[in-house]
Amino acid sequence: MFSRNTPFRSRIRQKHQAEPVRSGRGVFARRALLVMAVQAGVLGVLGRRLYNLQVVDGEHLRQLAERNRTSKRLLAPARGTIHDRFGIALADNKVSWRALLMPEETTDIPAVIERFSQIVPLDEHDRARIERDLRHVHKYVPVTLHEFLSWDDMARIELNAPSLPGVLVDVGSTRLYPFKDLTAHIVGYVAPPNEEDVAKDTTLSLPGMRVGRAGIEQTQEASLRGKPGSVEMEVNAVGRVIGEIDRVEGQQGEDVRLTLDSVLQQQVLSHLEDRVASAVVMDCRNGEVMAMVSTPSFDPSLFDSGVSHAQWNEWANDPRTPLVDKAVSGLYPPGSTFKPAVALAALKAGSVTAQDRFNCPGYYDLGGVRFHCWNRWGHGLINMREGLKYSCDVYFYEVARRCGMDPIQAVGNAMGLGVKLGIELPHVHSGVIPTPEWRQKHGFHWNGGDTVNAGIGQGFVQVTPLALATYVSRIASGRDVQPHLLRAARDQLSAMASVDDVGKVDLSPEYLDVVRGGMFAVVNEPHGSAPKARLDLPGIQMAGKTGSAQVRHVSRALRESGHFNSMNLPWEYRPHALFICFAPYDNPKYAVSVVVEHGNAGADEAAPLAKLIMTDTLLRDPASDVRPPAPSVVPPPSPVAEGTMPSQTAPAQAAPPEQTGPGVAQ
Amino acid sequence: MRRNGMNTFGFLKSDRRLLRAEPDFRPMARLLQVNWLYVLLVCVLAGVGYIALYSAGGGSAKPFAGPQMVRFGFGLVMMIAVSLVSPRILRMASMPIYLLSVTLLALVLRMGHVGKGAERWINLAGMQFQPSEFAKIGLVLMLATWFHRIGNERMGNPLRLVLPALLTLLPVLLVLKEPNLGTATIIGLIGATLFFAAGMRLWQIVLLAAPLPFMGKLIYSHLHDYQKARIDTFLHPEHDPLGAGYNIIQSKIALGSGGMWGEGYLHGSQGQLNFLPEKQTDFIFTMIGEEWGFVGGIAVITLLGTLVMGGMLIAIRSRNQFGRLLGLGIAMDFFLYCAVNLSMVMGVIPVGGVPLPLISYGGSAMLTMMFGFGLLMSAWVHRNERDPGTEDDDDD
Repeated sequence: MFSRNTPFRSRIRQKHQAEPVRSGRGVFARRALLVMAVQAGVLGVLGRRLYNLQVVDGEHLRQLAERNRTSKRLLAPARGTIHDRFGIALADNKVSWRALLMPEETTDIPAVIERFSQIVPLDEHDRARIERDLRHVHKYVPVTLHEFLSWDDMARIELNAPSLPGVLVDVGSTRLYPFKDLTAHIVGYVAPPNEEDVAKDTTLSLPGMRVGRAGIEQTQEASLRGKPGSVEMEVNAVGRVIGEIDRVEGQQGEDVRLTLDSVLQQQVLSHLEDRVASAVVMDCRNGEVMAMVSTPSFDPSLFDSGVSHAQWNEWANDPRTPLVDKAVSGLYPPGSTFKPAVALAALKAGSVTAQDRFNCPGYYDLGGVRFHCWNRWGHGLINMREGLKYSCDVYFYEVARRCGMDPIQAVGNAMGLGVKLGIELPHVHSGVIPTPEWRQKHGFHWNGGDTVNAGIGQGFVQVTPLALATYVSRIASGRDVQPHLLRAARDQLSAMASVDDVGKVDLSPEYLDVVRGGMFAVVNEPHGSAPKARLDLPGIQMAGKTGSAQVRHVSRALRESGHFNSMNLPWEYRPHALFICFAPYDNPKYAVSVVVEHGNAGADEAAPLAKLIMTDTLLRDPASDVRPPAPSVVPPPSPVAEGTMPSQTAPAQAAPPEQTGPGVAQ
Repeated sequence: MRRNGMNTFGFLKSDRRLLRAEPDFRPMARLLQVNWLYVLLVCVLAGVGYIALYSAGGGSAKPFAGPQMVRFGFGLVMMIAVSLVSPRILRMASMPIYLLSVTLLALVLRMGHVGKGAERWINLAGMQFQPSEFAKIGLVLMLATWFHRIGNERMGNPLRLVLPALLTLLPVLLVLKEPNLGTATIIGLIGATLFFAAGMRLWQIVLLAAPLPFMGKLIYSHLHDYQKARIDTFLHPEHDPLGAGYNIIQSKIALGSGGMWGEGYLHGSQGQLNFLPEKQTDFIFTMIGEEWGFVGGIAVITLLGTLVMGGMLIAIRSRNQFGRLLGLGIAMDFFLYCAVNLSMVMGVIPVGGVPLPLISYGGSAMLTMMFGFGLLMSAWVHRNERDPGTEDDDDD
């Protein structure tokens, strides 16, 4: 080697030569022993590690193993169904199929998806979602290819199973609303739970669980949902079930039976046609709601699978507010339908008697302001019955002034106006009966004009159609009925279903008789304000009260021009048409309230509708609980009702809209 | 007295060789020279493999245990046959074998079968074959031959080490490119151990070892995502219990549930219920640990250790540098297989596709290992052949 011949090096060399360091075998032996020591050390460390894993931490890891071997799965309970009072399903569960893809069971996923899309078309949105799921999900977790398959699709997939490795069809359930928009506002709808719901109740994360988002589905959520069962299974690492160890049956959701009569509901809807309106039919003896319609409506089934953006925008931007249940959430000035309440309040307070007569010259002066009667020629000297019959504004201006707002509010509340009603629906508005205190709380001064305006149901008074039905029910029966929709749960009739155990309202029957008489005259006597509501049924009479609620100020100049006709106004400025009624007069059983938005005049628009609805109700008589021979779901218009409708040529006292309102004051 | 190296002492060495009795080269006599105790230990290890694979197959010789035993039979015959081959022939064959293994490694990069995101397999006459296994044997043969020829004395010349270093780096880089970090590391470590045992000078070792940390950093930056993920999940397996960390967690759970005495043969819940991933291949030891407990596990480790130490002793007993380095290379290869696999299933190092030799199911690993044991046994059979002087190296 290059350095070996130098003297210095050779001296070192000699030193080295003395010992056999350079001898390959010696060096090798020592270094091999070193390697062996390292090897033994590594194996020793591994042995020690094994001891720690198996013996020291063994117990802890064994518990993990036990959890590994068994898998607890929750079983989604079937949601309770909703029926009408005769057992017809309003919300039901329908078996639906969904196609799942087990990524681990196929080798060529894109090809399988391609073949699948030839059987069941997948849009771009679906494909994007599937691709995303495939990327994020572990290969032994199934990916949903398509939800809500029809039976045909399902059958075709099963038929093509050999060419679709890894695709399997899973049975789920969808919520079915057979009547679609007919009962949408009452029954409500369900939708998949959001994160908030899941945070509150983790069982909602189960596939197929739904949450009620409106109507009965929302308020009766607790009973409808049920409790999930669980099944403990022995599984292998890929989640495949090997055997069942334990099973706890869940509790199916309770079925709910409503007071509604779906056939009557259908009839009411067909009478309302395409009006923007709502109508409530109530058993006035116990407050059962037989029909409650709000138009236009929507198809609740769409929420289960997800409402499209376009559809949602269409609903949300529609001025006719299809998503709002006008029967419980719509607030309207009651107009003249409020007059019976004013009359009762004045009678109870003793400020007037039924016999007191006031003169109506067609106008009423108060504090330098002139309030008008709807009839500018006046009604002359009239008592309370006639005041109601003609719906004279001046008479009730005077009654309200004498009585004051506090008794009116007290009696109104007692009749169900301006208070929260306990009906089993969300978003129930209570309405308003204003008082000076209420006005002051909002920062305004109350003056006498406000009182007289409230006396004819204008100004700040606001009610819902359901409150109007409750109010007329209480007048008719003299009972403190509570409106409700729930008739039975688990085949157990609710306590409220009884027609006998309802308490009386806190009003003398003789006062109620005066009001009932006035309402009878409205419909049945000559010159009453709603002759179009007269029933054509032999021996049965109806009592009612019209109302036309102004929604817009009518200027004095316009009024005095004499050419004012609210029919000439654009639709959204026309007054609302209202009508409340009950029948039969001598033995009240049903109460009806009808509100037609911008229907112009209660007597012309709402009263004929109320008559048709009441006629159908009396003929079906759903409260008798004998299931009437159900006509087809969409019954043809009854020929009796059609043929005997009061013709336009009948001496009708067309009631122009009451032209009194907050706008009358200068 | 130096026994090899300087040409001037050649005559002396020749003399010494003449003084020694030439080994008997008759085949039957050489067969008697085979260390049958070691062969028995190898068979015991294969028997353990059979028992474990029988359990992994759900208590059946199909589909793992039976075919594996057939392979072992072939392997055993091959081992005995190779053990009778003279080192002279092995040295002659070392260069072709090395070149073949490197060519196969290069081929697998071009046309290999993709398994688990890495190209590792090559289809050879209908048989799946993993060239990286073969490359280890080829490298051991090549380095042993090379160091044998330069002898211990010339190890001090750094220039003499350049070529073997390149010969080591070539397969390492090719395997890294596959990419198979675990096997590349094993090949590199085998090479390094051979350099060390061949008598590399200490100053050379220090000089080489100094920049290693920086190399590590450089390598990490070139790792594939899945390799980085392995390192990350190894450090924090609980982050992704159903993903990449699954193997480690399940493996630990299975070992833990074995306890001291095990759950009983064929009664390991984790393995039998398929919680264990790759239980018949890389994670076979977990299955053994679960069913036979710590006692069974430590027995297997002891058996493996005995085979490693036996191989090392065979290497030390050899009177020629080639036999020593060949024996040590094979023993080191076997040891690294065991250590990496055991560390992997016990969650000590990141998971990498390294089987437990002779126990894990798999053909090419079994056959190459048996070939390696054949080489080891050849070193034993020919242990008394002495290093001739370089100048009269007749097999040069």
